[in-house]
Amino acid sequence: MDSQVGTMTSTSTPVWHYRTPKQALLRWLGWFSLVALTVFSWQLMNENTIWAFVSDAPDQAADIGERMFPPAWGYTGQLWEPLWDTINIATLGTLLGVLFAVPVAFLAASNTTPSTRFVRPLALLIIVASRSINSLIWALLLVAIIGPGLLAGIIAIGLRSIGFVAKLLYEAIEEIDTSQVEAVRATGASGAQVIDYAIVPQILPAFWGISVFRWDINIRESTILGLVGAGGLGIQLNASLATLAWNQVAMIFVVILFTVVVSEWVSAKVRQAVI
Amino acid sequence: MLELNQLSKTYATGDTALSQVSFEVPAGQVVGLIGPSGAGKSTLIRCINRLVEPSAGKVILSGSNLVTLRGNALRRARRRIGMIFQEYALVERLTVMENVLSGRLGYVPAWRSFLRRYSPEDVTKAFSLLDQVGLSDHFNKRADALSGGQRQRVGIARALEQDPELLLVDEPTASLDPKTSRQIMRLIGSACRERNLPAIINIHDVLLAQQFTDRIIGLKAGEVVFDGKPEALTDQVLTRIYGDEDWTRMRGEENTGEASEAPTVDLAEGV
Repeated sequence: MDSQVGTMTSTSTPVWHYRTPKQALLRWLGWFSLVALTVFSWQLMNENTIWAFVSDAPDQAADIGERMFPPAWGYTGQLWEPLWDTINIATLGTLLGVLFAVPVAFLAASNTTPSTRFVRPLALLIIVASRSINSLIWALLLVAIIGPGLLAGIIAIGLRSIGFVAKLLYEAIEEIDTSQVEAVRATGASGAQVIDYAIVPQILPAFWGISVFRWDINIRESTILGLVGAGGLGIQLNASLATLAWNQVAMIFVVILFTVVVSEWVSAKVRQAVI
Repeated sequence: MLELNQLSKTYATGDTALSQVSFEVPAGQVVGLIGPSGAGKSTLIRCINRLVEPSAGKVILSGSNLVTLRGNALRRARRRIGMIFQEYALVERLTVMENVLSGRLGYVPAWRSFLRRYSPEDVTKAFSLLDQVGLSDHFNKRADALSGGQRQRVGIARALEQDPELLLVDEPTASLDPKTSRQIMRLIGSACRERNLPAIINIHDVLLAQQFTDRIIGLKAGEVVFDGKPEALTDQVLTRIYGDEDWTRMRGEENTGEASEAPTVDLAEGV
Protein backbone atom coordinates (compact mmCIF):
# COMPACT_ATOMS: atom_id res chain seq x y z
CA MET A 1 0.00 0.00 0.00
CA ASP A 2 2.86 2.33 0.80
CA SER A 3 4.04 2.45 -2.76
CA GLN A 4 0.65 3.84 -3.86
CA VAL A 5 1.38 6.98 -1.94
CA GLY A 6 3.65 9.40 -3.65
CA THR A 7 7.00 9.63 -1.95
CA MET A 8 8.82 12.92 -1.91
CA THR A 9 12.55 12.79 -1.95
CA SER A 10 14.85 15.75 -2.19
CA THR A 11 15.92 14.95 -5.76
CA SER A 12 12.92 13.47 -7.59
CA THR A 13 9.27 14.41 -8.18
CA PRO A 14 6.54 12.43 -6.34
CA VAL A 15 5.77 9.06 -7.93
CA TRP A 16 2.28 7.63 -8.18
CA HIS A 17 1.47 4.06 -9.24
CA TYR A 18 -1.97 2.92 -10.32
CA ARG A 19 -1.30 -0.55 -8.88
CA THR A 20 1.09 -1.81 -6.25
CA PRO A 21 3.69 -4.34 -7.51
CA LYS A 22 1.75 -7.05 -5.69
CA GLN A 23 -1.52 -6.13 -7.43
CA ALA A 24 0.27 -6.01 -10.79
CA LEU A 25 1.77 -9.45 -10.20
CA LEU A 26 -1.62 -10.91 -9.20
CA ARG A 27 -3.23 -9.50 -12.33
CA TRP A 28 -0.48 -10.93 -14.49
CA LEU A 29 -0.89 -14.34 -12.83
CA GLY A 30 -4.65 -14.14 -13.39
CA TRP A 31 -4.27 -13.56 -17.12
CA PHE A 32 -1.57 -16.24 -17.35
CA SER A 33 -3.78 -18.89 -15.73
CA LEU A 34 -6.63 -17.95 -18.07
CA VAL A 35 -4.39 -18.57 -21.09
CA ALA A 36 -3.12 -21.83 -19.56
CA LEU A 37 -6.69 -22.99 -18.94
CA THR A 38 -7.66 -22.23 -22.54
CA VAL A 39 -4.75 -24.28 -23.89
CA PHE A 40 -5.58 -27.16 -21.54
CA SER A 41 -9.28 -27.12 -22.46
CA TRP A 42 -8.46 -27.13 -26.15
CA GLN A 43 -6.39 -30.27 -25.71
CA LEU A 44 -9.12 -31.93 -23.65
CA MET A 45 -11.70 -31.17 -26.33
CA ASN A 46 -9.51 -32.57 -29.12
CA GLU A 47 -9.05 -35.86 -27.29
CA ASN A 48 -12.78 -36.66 -27.37
CA THR A 49 -13.68 -35.33 -30.76
CA ILE A 50 -13.91 -37.60 -33.79
CA TRP A 51 -12.71 -35.27 -36.49
CA ALA A 52 -14.11 -37.45 -39.23
CA PHE A 53 -17.61 -36.47 -38.09
CA VAL A 54 -16.70 -32.85 -37.76
CA SER A 55 -15.20 -32.69 -41.23
CA ASP A 56 -18.53 -33.41 -42.94
CA ALA A 57 -20.49 -31.13 -40.62
CA PRO A 58 -21.24 -28.55 -43.35
CA ASP A 59 -22.71 -31.29 -45.57
CA GLN A 60 -24.86 -32.64 -42.73
CA ALA A 61 -26.10 -29.18 -41.80
CA ALA A 62 -26.92 -28.41 -45.41
CA ASP A 63 -28.75 -31.73 -45.70
CA ILE A 64 -30.92 -31.11 -42.64
CA GLY A 65 -31.48 -27.53 -43.71
CA GLU A 66 -32.70 -28.78 -47.07
CA ARG A 67 -35.15 -31.17 -45.45
CA MET A 68 -36.39 -28.44 -43.16
CA PHE A 69 -37.26 -26.19 -46.05
CA PRO A 70 -39.99 -25.37 -46.73
CA PRO A 71 -41.53 -25.63 -43.23
CA ALA A 72 -44.71 -27.71 -43.05
CA TRP A 73 -47.17 -24.82 -43.04
CA GLY A 74 -50.10 -27.21 -42.98
CA TYR A 75 -48.82 -28.61 -39.71
CA THR A 76 -49.68 -25.33 -37.95
CA GLY A 77 -53.23 -26.47 -37.28
CA GLN A 78 -51.95 -29.14 -34.91
CA LEU A 79 -49.71 -26.65 -33.09
CA TRP A 80 -52.26 -24.17 -31.74
CA GLU A 81 -53.34 -26.33 -28.83
CA PRO A 82 -49.82 -27.23 -27.62
CA LEU A 83 -48.88 -23.57 -28.07
CA TRP A 84 -51.78 -22.53 -25.84
CA ASP A 85 -50.62 -25.15 -23.31
CA THR A 86 -47.09 -23.75 -23.46
CA ILE A 87 -48.27 -20.19 -22.76
CA ASN A 88 -50.43 -21.46 -19.90
CA ILE A 89 -47.54 -23.40 -18.37
CA ALA A 90 -45.36 -20.30 -18.51
CA THR A 91 -47.98 -17.91 -17.14
CA LEU A 92 -49.34 -20.08 -14.34
CA GLY A 93 -45.84 -21.26 -13.47
CA THR A 94 -44.64 -17.65 -13.22
CA LEU A 95 -47.60 -16.75 -10.98
CA LEU A 96 -46.85 -19.72 -8.75
CA GLY A 97 -43.18 -18.81 -8.56
CA VAL A 98 -43.84 -15.12 -7.80
CA LEU A 99 -46.36 -16.07 -5.11
CA PHE A 100 -43.70 -17.97 -3.20
CA ALA A 101 -40.78 -15.72 -4.17
CA VAL A 102 -42.17 -12.56 -2.54
CA PRO A 103 -42.17 -13.84 1.06
CA VAL A 104 -38.85 -15.62 0.48
CA ALA A 105 -37.32 -12.34 -0.77
CA PHE A 106 -38.45 -10.43 2.34
CA LEU A 107 -37.05 -13.20 4.56
CA ALA A 108 -33.76 -13.17 2.63
CA ALA A 109 -33.14 -9.40 2.48
CA SER A 110 -30.82 -8.44 5.31
CA ASN A 111 -32.85 -5.32 6.14
CA THR A 112 -36.24 -7.04 6.39
CA THR A 113 -35.43 -10.56 7.61
CA PRO A 114 -36.71 -11.37 11.10
CA SER A 115 -33.48 -13.20 11.95
CA THR A 116 -30.13 -12.99 10.19
CA ARG A 117 -28.89 -16.11 11.92
CA PHE A 118 -31.68 -18.61 11.23
CA VAL A 119 -34.32 -17.37 8.81
CA ARG A 120 -32.04 -15.62 6.31
CA PRO A 121 -29.76 -18.65 5.65
CA LEU A 122 -32.87 -20.79 5.18
CA ALA A 123 -34.35 -18.34 2.68
CA LEU A 124 -31.02 -18.15 0.83
CA LEU A 125 -30.91 -21.96 0.75
CA ILE A 126 -34.36 -22.05 -0.87
CA ILE A 127 -33.16 -19.54 -3.47
CA VAL A 128 -29.96 -21.46 -4.25
CA ALA A 129 -31.76 -24.82 -4.40
CA SER A 130 -34.37 -23.45 -6.78
CA ARG A 131 -31.82 -21.70 -8.98
CA SER A 132 -29.31 -24.53 -9.20
CA ILE A 133 -31.77 -26.97 -10.77
CA ASN A 134 -32.82 -26.34 -14.37
CA SER A 135 -36.53 -26.30 -15.25
CA LEU A 136 -36.03 -29.35 -17.47
CA ILE A 137 -34.65 -31.34 -14.55
CA TRP A 138 -37.44 -30.15 -12.24
CA ALA A 139 -39.86 -31.33 -14.95
CA LEU A 140 -38.13 -34.72 -15.22
CA LEU A 141 -38.51 -35.20 -11.46
CA LEU A 142 -42.10 -33.98 -11.39
CA VAL A 143 -43.21 -36.10 -14.35
CA ALA A 144 -41.92 -39.09 -12.40
CA ILE A 145 -43.72 -37.96 -9.24
CA ILE A 146 -47.09 -36.61 -10.43
CA GLY A 147 -47.20 -38.06 -13.91
CA PRO A 148 -46.93 -36.40 -17.35
CA GLY A 149 -49.00 -33.37 -18.28
CA LEU A 150 -49.43 -29.66 -17.81
CA LEU A 151 -49.40 -29.70 -14.01
CA ALA A 152 -45.86 -31.08 -13.90
CA GLY A 153 -44.77 -28.34 -16.29
CA ILE A 154 -46.45 -25.58 -14.29
CA ILE A 155 -44.89 -26.71 -11.02
CA ALA A 156 -41.47 -27.18 -12.67
CA ILE A 157 -41.56 -23.61 -14.03
CA GLY A 158 -42.82 -22.34 -10.68
CA LEU A 159 -40.07 -24.03 -8.67
CA ARG A 160 -37.37 -22.70 -10.96
CA SER A 161 -38.84 -19.18 -10.89
CA ILE A 162 -38.89 -18.88 -7.08
CA GLY A 163 -35.13 -18.60 -6.84
CA PHE A 164 -34.73 -16.22 -9.78
CA VAL A 165 -37.47 -13.81 -8.72
CA ALA A 166 -36.61 -13.99 -5.01
CA LYS A 167 -32.92 -13.33 -5.63
CA LEU A 168 -33.44 -10.24 -7.78
CA LEU A 169 -36.22 -8.99 -5.52
CA TYR A 170 -34.24 -9.32 -2.29
CA GLU A 171 -31.37 -7.44 -3.89
CA ALA A 172 -33.84 -4.66 -4.76
CA ILE A 173 -35.11 -4.66 -1.16
CA GLU A 174 -31.58 -4.32 0.16
CA GLU A 175 -30.93 -1.32 -2.09
CA ILE A 176 -33.88 0.81 -0.96
CA ASP A 177 -33.46 4.34 0.38
CA THR A 178 -33.40 3.97 4.17
CA SER A 179 -34.38 7.57 4.90
CA GLN A 180 -37.91 6.91 3.62
CA VAL A 181 -38.12 3.88 5.91
CA GLU A 182 -36.87 5.98 8.82
CA ALA A 183 -39.47 8.67 8.13
CA VAL A 184 -42.36 6.22 8.03
CA ARG A 185 -41.13 4.46 11.16
CA ALA A 186 -40.93 7.84 12.92
CA THR A 187 -44.70 8.31 12.45
CA GLY A 188 -45.30 5.33 14.74
CA ALA A 189 -45.99 2.86 11.93
CA SER A 190 -45.94 -0.87 12.65
CA GLY A 191 -43.66 -3.31 10.83
CA ALA A 192 -46.40 -4.21 8.34
CA GLN A 193 -47.14 -0.54 7.71
CA VAL A 194 -43.46 0.24 7.17
CA ILE A 195 -43.34 -2.51 4.51
CA ASP A 196 -46.57 -1.22 2.93
CA TYR A 197 -45.68 2.50 2.89
CA ALA A 198 -41.89 2.70 2.76
CA ILE A 199 -40.59 -0.51 1.16
CA VAL A 200 -43.23 -1.71 -1.32
CA PRO A 201 -43.47 1.61 -3.22
CA GLN A 202 -39.71 1.56 -3.66
CA ILE A 203 -39.48 -2.00 -5.00
CA LEU A 204 -42.68 -2.07 -7.08
CA PRO A 205 -41.01 -1.13 -10.40
CA ALA A 206 -38.33 -3.79 -9.79
CA PHE A 207 -41.03 -6.31 -8.90
CA TRP A 208 -42.96 -5.84 -12.13
CA GLY A 209 -39.79 -5.73 -14.20
CA ILE A 210 -38.48 -8.97 -12.67
CA SER A 211 -41.82 -10.81 -12.90
CA VAL A 212 -42.38 -9.95 -16.54
CA PHE A 213 -38.77 -10.75 -17.39
CA ARG A 214 -39.17 -14.17 -15.75
CA TRP A 215 -42.44 -14.78 -17.61
CA ASP A 216 -40.61 -13.98 -20.83
CA ILE A 217 -37.88 -16.52 -19.94
CA ASN A 218 -40.51 -19.07 -18.90
CA ILE A 219 -42.23 -18.91 -22.30
CA ARG A 220 -38.94 -20.02 -23.84
CA GLU A 221 -38.29 -22.67 -21.21
CA SER A 222 -41.78 -24.15 -21.40
CA THR A 223 -41.41 -24.80 -25.14
CA ILE A 224 -38.98 -27.61 -24.36
CA LEU A 225 -40.56 -29.07 -21.21
CA GLY A 226 -42.65 -31.37 -23.40
CA LEU A 227 -39.44 -33.21 -24.33
CA VAL A 228 -39.69 -34.93 -20.95
CA GLY A 229 -43.47 -35.25 -21.00
CA ALA A 230 -44.49 -32.08 -19.16
CA GLY A 231 -46.86 -30.77 -21.83
CA GLY A 232 -46.74 -28.04 -24.43
CA LEU A 233 -44.95 -27.65 -27.76
CA GLY A 234 -42.09 -29.88 -26.63
CA ILE A 235 -44.23 -33.00 -27.04
CA GLN A 236 -44.82 -32.10 -30.67
CA LEU A 237 -41.14 -31.29 -31.12
CA ASN A 238 -40.15 -34.64 -29.65
CA ALA A 239 -42.51 -36.53 -31.95
CA SER A 240 -41.32 -34.69 -35.05
CA LEU A 241 -37.66 -35.19 -34.16
CA ALA A 242 -38.22 -38.92 -33.55
CA THR A 243 -39.84 -39.38 -36.96
CA LEU A 244 -37.16 -37.23 -38.65
CA ALA A 245 -39.93 -34.92 -39.92
CA TRP A 246 -37.58 -31.99 -40.31
CA ASN A 247 -40.07 -29.75 -42.04
CA GLN A 248 -42.39 -30.10 -39.03
CA VAL A 249 -39.47 -29.31 -36.72
CA ALA A 250 -38.85 -26.16 -38.76
CA MET A 251 -42.51 -25.20 -38.41
CA ILE A 252 -42.29 -25.61 -34.65
CA PHE A 253 -39.21 -23.41 -34.62
CA VAL A 254 -41.12 -20.74 -36.51
CA VAL A 255 -43.98 -20.88 -34.00
CA ILE A 256 -41.55 -20.70 -31.03
CA LEU A 257 -39.73 -17.77 -32.59
CA PHE A 258 -43.01 -15.94 -33.15
CA THR A 259 -44.17 -16.58 -29.57
CA VAL A 260 -40.88 -15.42 -28.06
CA VAL A 261 -40.89 -12.24 -30.13
CA VAL A 262 -44.42 -11.48 -28.93
CA SER A 263 -43.53 -12.20 -25.28
CA GLU A 264 -40.47 -9.97 -25.48
CA TRP A 265 -42.58 -7.19 -26.92
CA VAL A 266 -45.13 -7.56 -24.10
CA SER A 267 -42.45 -7.59 -21.41
CA ALA A 268 -40.75 -4.53 -22.86
CA LYS A 269 -44.09 -2.67 -22.89
CA VAL A 270 -44.89 -3.62 -19.31
CA ARG A 271 -41.47 -2.56 -18.06
CA GLN A 272 -41.83 0.77 -19.85
CA ALA A 273 -45.20 1.31 -18.23
CA VAL A 274 -44.17 0.67 -14.61
CA ILE A 275 -40.85 2.48 -14.33
CA MET B 1 -42.94 19.54 27.75
CA LEU B 2 -39.79 17.61 26.89
CA GLU B 3 -37.05 16.81 29.35
CA LEU B 4 -33.72 15.18 28.53
CA ASN B 5 -31.91 13.78 31.53
CA GLN B 6 -28.25 12.72 31.28
CA LEU B 7 -28.87 11.39 27.77
CA SER B 8 -25.82 9.54 26.41
CA LYS B 9 -25.09 7.56 23.30
CA THR B 10 -22.01 5.48 22.55
CA TYR B 11 -22.07 3.67 19.20
CA ALA B 12 -20.97 0.05 18.84
CA THR B 13 -17.76 1.33 17.24
CA GLY B 14 -16.89 3.01 20.54
CA ASP B 15 -17.54 6.55 19.32
CA THR B 16 -19.25 8.69 21.90
CA ALA B 17 -21.90 10.74 20.13
CA LEU B 18 -23.61 12.21 23.19
CA SER B 19 -22.43 12.47 26.74
CA GLN B 20 -24.83 13.35 29.53
CA VAL B 21 -26.99 15.83 27.66
CA SER B 22 -29.64 17.40 29.89
CA PHE B 23 -32.10 20.17 29.09
CA GLU B 24 -35.80 20.95 29.14
CA VAL B 25 -37.98 22.33 26.37
CA PRO B 26 -41.23 23.92 27.58
CA ALA B 27 -44.37 23.91 25.44
CA GLY B 28 -44.25 26.28 22.51
CA GLN B 29 -40.51 26.86 22.58
CA VAL B 30 -38.55 26.50 19.36
CA VAL B 31 -35.00 25.41 20.07
CA GLY B 32 -32.22 25.66 17.51
CA LEU B 33 -29.56 23.00 17.94
CA ILE B 34 -26.29 24.13 16.42
CA GLY B 35 -22.81 22.67 16.35
CA PRO B 36 -20.12 21.44 13.95
CA SER B 37 -20.68 18.35 11.77
CA GLY B 38 -20.33 15.23 13.86
CA ALA B 39 -21.22 17.03 17.12
CA GLY B 40 -24.12 14.62 17.68
CA LYS B 41 -27.05 16.83 16.61
CA SER B 42 -28.66 14.16 14.44
CA THR B 43 -28.04 11.48 17.05
CA LEU B 44 -29.62 13.67 19.72
CA ILE B 45 -32.95 14.13 17.98
CA ARG B 46 -33.01 10.50 16.87
CA CYS B 47 -32.49 9.37 20.46
CA ILE B 48 -35.64 11.26 21.41
CA ASN B 49 -37.94 9.26 19.11
CA ARG B 50 -35.73 6.19 19.42
CA LEU B 51 -34.72 5.87 15.78
CA VAL B 52 -31.36 5.58 17.55
CA GLU B 53 -31.22 3.73 20.87
CA PRO B 54 -29.73 5.87 23.63
CA SER B 55 -27.11 4.13 25.78
CA ALA B 56 -28.11 5.85 29.01
CA GLY B 57 -30.32 8.59 30.39
CA LYS B 58 -33.97 9.54 30.15
CA VAL B 59 -36.21 11.21 27.59
CA ILE B 60 -39.36 12.41 29.32
CA LEU B 61 -42.23 13.64 27.13
CA SER B 62 -45.36 14.82 28.98
CA GLY B 63 -44.38 12.89 32.07
CA SER B 64 -43.50 9.48 30.57
CA ASN B 65 -40.00 8.15 29.96
CA LEU B 66 -39.64 7.07 26.31
CA VAL B 67 -36.34 5.23 26.72
CA THR B 68 -37.84 2.14 28.34
CA LEU B 69 -40.74 1.71 25.89
CA ARG B 70 -41.06 -1.34 23.62
CA GLY B 71 -43.36 -2.52 20.83
CA ASN B 72 -46.78 -0.91 20.73
CA ALA B 73 -45.99 1.49 23.56
CA LEU B 74 -43.04 2.81 21.56
CA ARG B 75 -45.25 3.20 18.47
CA ARG B 76 -47.80 5.17 20.51
CA ALA B 77 -44.99 7.41 21.76
CA ARG B 78 -43.59 7.94 18.26
CA ARG B 79 -46.92 9.00 16.83
CA ARG B 80 -46.90 11.93 19.30
CA ILE B 81 -43.57 13.14 17.88
CA GLY B 82 -43.50 14.68 14.42
CA MET B 83 -40.25 14.57 12.49
CA ILE B 84 -39.05 16.62 9.53
CA PHE B 85 -35.98 15.50 7.58
CA GLN B 86 -33.06 17.03 5.73
CA GLU B 87 -33.69 15.39 2.35
CA TYR B 88 -37.46 15.50 2.97
CA ALA B 89 -37.60 11.67 3.22
CA LEU B 90 -40.95 11.54 1.47
CA VAL B 91 -41.95 8.24 -0.06
CA GLU B 92 -41.11 9.29 -3.59
CA ARG B 93 -43.47 7.02 -5.49
CA LEU B 94 -46.52 7.75 -3.37
CA THR B 95 -48.80 10.74 -3.91
CA VAL B 96 -48.62 13.91 -1.82
CA MET B 97 -51.87 12.91 -0.11
CA GLU B 98 -50.60 9.43 0.76
CA ASN B 99 -47.45 11.00 2.20
CA VAL B 100 -49.43 13.38 4.37
CA LEU B 101 -51.84 10.64 5.47
CA SER B 102 -48.87 8.45 6.42
CA GLY B 103 -48.68 10.77 9.43
CA ARG B 104 -51.70 8.81 10.73
CA LEU B 105 -50.01 5.39 10.49
CA GLY B 106 -49.46 5.27 14.25
CA TYR B 107 -53.19 5.74 14.81
CA VAL B 108 -54.86 3.48 12.24
CA PRO B 109 -54.80 -0.33 11.98
CA ALA B 110 -52.69 -1.85 9.20
CA TRP B 111 -55.66 -3.02 7.08
CA ARG B 112 -57.04 0.53 6.94
CA SER B 113 -53.73 2.06 5.92
CA PHE B 114 -53.21 -0.76 3.39
CA LEU B 115 -56.56 -0.01 1.72
CA ARG B 116 -55.95 3.75 2.11
CA ARG B 117 -59.31 3.97 3.92
CA TYR B 118 -58.57 6.81 6.28
CA SER B 119 -61.36 8.38 8.31
CA PRO B 120 -63.00 11.54 6.90
CA GLU B 121 -61.49 13.54 9.78
CA ASP B 122 -57.97 12.42 8.82
CA VAL B 123 -58.56 13.32 5.19
CA THR B 124 -60.11 16.70 6.04
CA LYS B 125 -57.17 17.44 8.30
CA ALA B 126 -54.73 16.48 5.52
CA PHE B 127 -56.49 18.80 3.06
CA SER B 128 -56.46 21.69 5.51
CA LEU B 129 -52.75 21.15 6.27
CA LEU B 130 -51.93 21.04 2.55
CA ASP B 131 -53.88 24.27 2.22
CA GLN B 132 -51.86 25.81 5.06
CA VAL B 133 -48.55 24.91 3.44
CA GLY B 134 -49.84 26.14 0.10
CA LEU B 135 -50.03 22.84 -1.76
CA SER B 136 -53.77 22.22 -1.94
CA ASP B 137 -53.67 21.88 -5.74
CA HIS B 138 -50.95 19.25 -5.65
CA PHE B 139 -52.52 16.57 -3.45
CA ASN B 140 -52.75 14.01 -6.24
CA LYS B 141 -49.24 14.51 -7.61
CA ARG B 142 -46.51 12.02 -6.93
CA ALA B 143 -43.99 13.30 -4.39
CA ASP B 144 -41.10 12.99 -6.85
CA ALA B 145 -42.83 15.47 -9.16
CA LEU B 146 -42.41 18.32 -6.65
CA SER B 147 -39.57 20.81 -6.16
CA GLY B 148 -37.37 20.75 -3.05
CA GLY B 149 -39.28 23.49 -1.24
CA GLN B 150 -42.62 21.87 -2.06
CA ARG B 151 -41.40 18.50 -0.81
CA GLN B 152 -40.32 19.99 2.48
CA ARG B 153 -43.79 21.53 2.83
CA VAL B 154 -45.28 18.05 2.37
CA GLY B 155 -42.83 16.83 5.03
CA ILE B 156 -44.12 19.51 7.39
CA ALA B 157 -47.75 18.60 6.65
CA ARG B 158 -46.96 14.92 7.29
CA ALA B 159 -45.45 15.75 10.67
CA LEU B 160 -48.39 17.98 11.66
CA GLU B 161 -50.90 15.33 10.50
CA GLN B 162 -49.68 13.30 13.47
CA ASP B 163 -51.14 15.85 15.92
CA PRO B 164 -47.73 15.92 17.53
CA GLU B 165 -46.80 17.08 21.01
CA LEU B 166 -43.23 17.67 19.88
CA LEU B 167 -41.55 18.44 16.59
CA LEU B 168 -38.09 17.13 15.74
CA VAL B 169 -36.53 18.83 12.75
CA ASP B 170 -33.30 17.56 11.21
CA GLU B 171 -31.53 20.12 8.99
CA PRO B 172 -34.75 21.30 7.29
CA THR B 173 -33.01 23.77 5.00
CA ALA B 174 -29.74 22.03 4.13
CA SER B 175 -30.91 21.19 0.59
CA LEU B 176 -32.79 24.42 -0.08
CA ASP B 177 -31.94 27.83 -1.51
CA PRO B 178 -31.75 30.83 0.89
CA LYS B 179 -35.19 32.20 0.14
CA THR B 180 -36.96 28.85 0.37
CA SER B 181 -34.99 28.13 3.55
CA ARG B 182 -36.45 31.22 5.17
CA GLN B 183 -39.97 30.35 4.06
CA ILE B 184 -39.62 26.85 5.48
CA MET B 185 -38.23 28.12 8.79
CA ARG B 186 -41.04 30.66 9.03
CA LEU B 187 -43.59 27.96 8.30
CA ILE B 188 -42.20 25.67 11.00
CA GLY B 189 -42.05 28.57 13.47
CA SER B 190 -45.63 29.66 12.89
CA ALA B 191 -46.91 26.06 13.01
CA CYS B 192 -45.29 25.70 16.44
CA ARG B 193 -46.70 28.99 17.72
CA GLU B 194 -50.24 28.16 16.56
CA ARG B 195 -50.19 24.81 18.31
CA ASN B 196 -48.02 25.80 21.28
CA LEU B 197 -45.73 23.02 20.05
CA PRO B 198 -42.18 22.61 21.31
CA ALA B 199 -39.59 21.94 18.59
CA ILE B 200 -35.93 21.04 18.32
CA ILE B 201 -34.38 22.12 15.04
CA ASN B 202 -30.93 20.89 13.99
CA ILE B 203 -29.47 23.59 11.85
CA HIS B 204 -26.13 24.43 10.28
CA ASP B 205 -26.98 28.00 9.41
CA VAL B 206 -26.31 30.09 12.52
CA LEU B 207 -28.02 33.18 11.13
CA LEU B 208 -31.22 31.28 10.33
CA ALA B 209 -31.13 29.74 13.79
CA GLN B 210 -30.78 33.14 15.43
CA GLN B 211 -33.57 34.62 13.38
CA PHE B 212 -36.18 31.90 13.71
CA THR B 213 -35.69 30.25 17.12
CA ASP B 214 -36.45 31.22 20.71
CA ARG B 215 -33.43 29.53 22.18
CA ILE B 216 -30.12 28.14 20.96
CA ILE B 217 -28.32 25.09 22.25
CA GLY B 218 -24.74 24.61 21.10
CA LEU B 219 -23.43 21.08 20.89
CA LYS B 220 -19.77 20.20 20.59
CA ALA B 221 -18.40 16.65 20.64
CA GLY B 222 -21.62 15.39 22.22
CA GLU B 223 -21.73 17.94 25.04
CA VAL B 224 -23.85 21.04 25.55
CA VAL B 225 -21.43 23.99 25.48
CA PHE B 226 -24.01 26.76 25.12
CA ASP B 227 -27.64 27.18 26.11
CA GLY B 228 -29.25 30.58 25.91
CA LYS B 229 -31.09 33.27 24.00
CA PRO B 230 -30.23 33.75 20.31
CA GLU B 231 -28.98 37.26 21.14
CA ALA B 232 -26.44 35.80 23.56
CA LEU B 233 -24.69 34.01 20.71
CA THR B 234 -21.57 36.17 20.69
CA ASP B 235 -18.39 35.66 18.72
CA GLN B 236 -16.75 34.09 21.77
CA VAL B 237 -19.62 31.60 22.05
CA LEU B 238 -19.40 30.72 18.35
CA THR B 239 -15.68 30.14 18.76
CA ARG B 240 -16.40 27.90 21.75
CA ILE B 241 -18.83 25.85 19.64
CA TYR B 242 -17.10 25.77 16.27
CA GLY B 243 -13.51 26.84 16.87
CA ASP B 244 -11.68 29.92 15.63
CA GLU B 245 -13.15 31.83 12.70
CA ASP B 246 -13.68 35.45 11.69
CA TRP B 247 -17.29 35.67 12.89
CA THR B 248 -17.73 39.43 12.44
CA ARG B 249 -17.30 39.00 8.73
CA MET B 250 -20.18 36.45 8.58
CA ARG B 251 -22.42 38.87 10.51
CA GLY B 252 -21.42 41.79 8.27
CA GLU B 253 -22.74 39.95 5.22
CA GLU B 254 -25.89 39.16 7.10
CA ASN B 255 -26.74 42.77 7.81
CA THR B 256 -26.67 43.85 4.18
CA GLY B 257 -28.83 40.90 3.16
CA GLU B 258 -31.27 41.37 6.01
CA ALA B 259 -32.23 44.98 5.34
CA SER B 260 -34.92 44.23 2.80
CA GLU B 261 -36.44 41.28 4.64
CA ALA B 262 -40.18 41.82 5.06
CA PRO B 263 -41.61 40.81 8.42
CA THR B 264 -44.98 39.65 7.09
CA VAL B 265 -45.76 35.95 7.21
CA ASP B 266 -47.24 34.47 4.10
CA LEU B 267 -47.29 30.71 4.36
CA ALA B 268 -48.06 30.07 0.72
CA GLU B 269 -45.54 32.39 -0.83
CA GLY B 270 -43.29 31.11 -3.56
CA VAL B 271 -45.33 28.01 -4.23
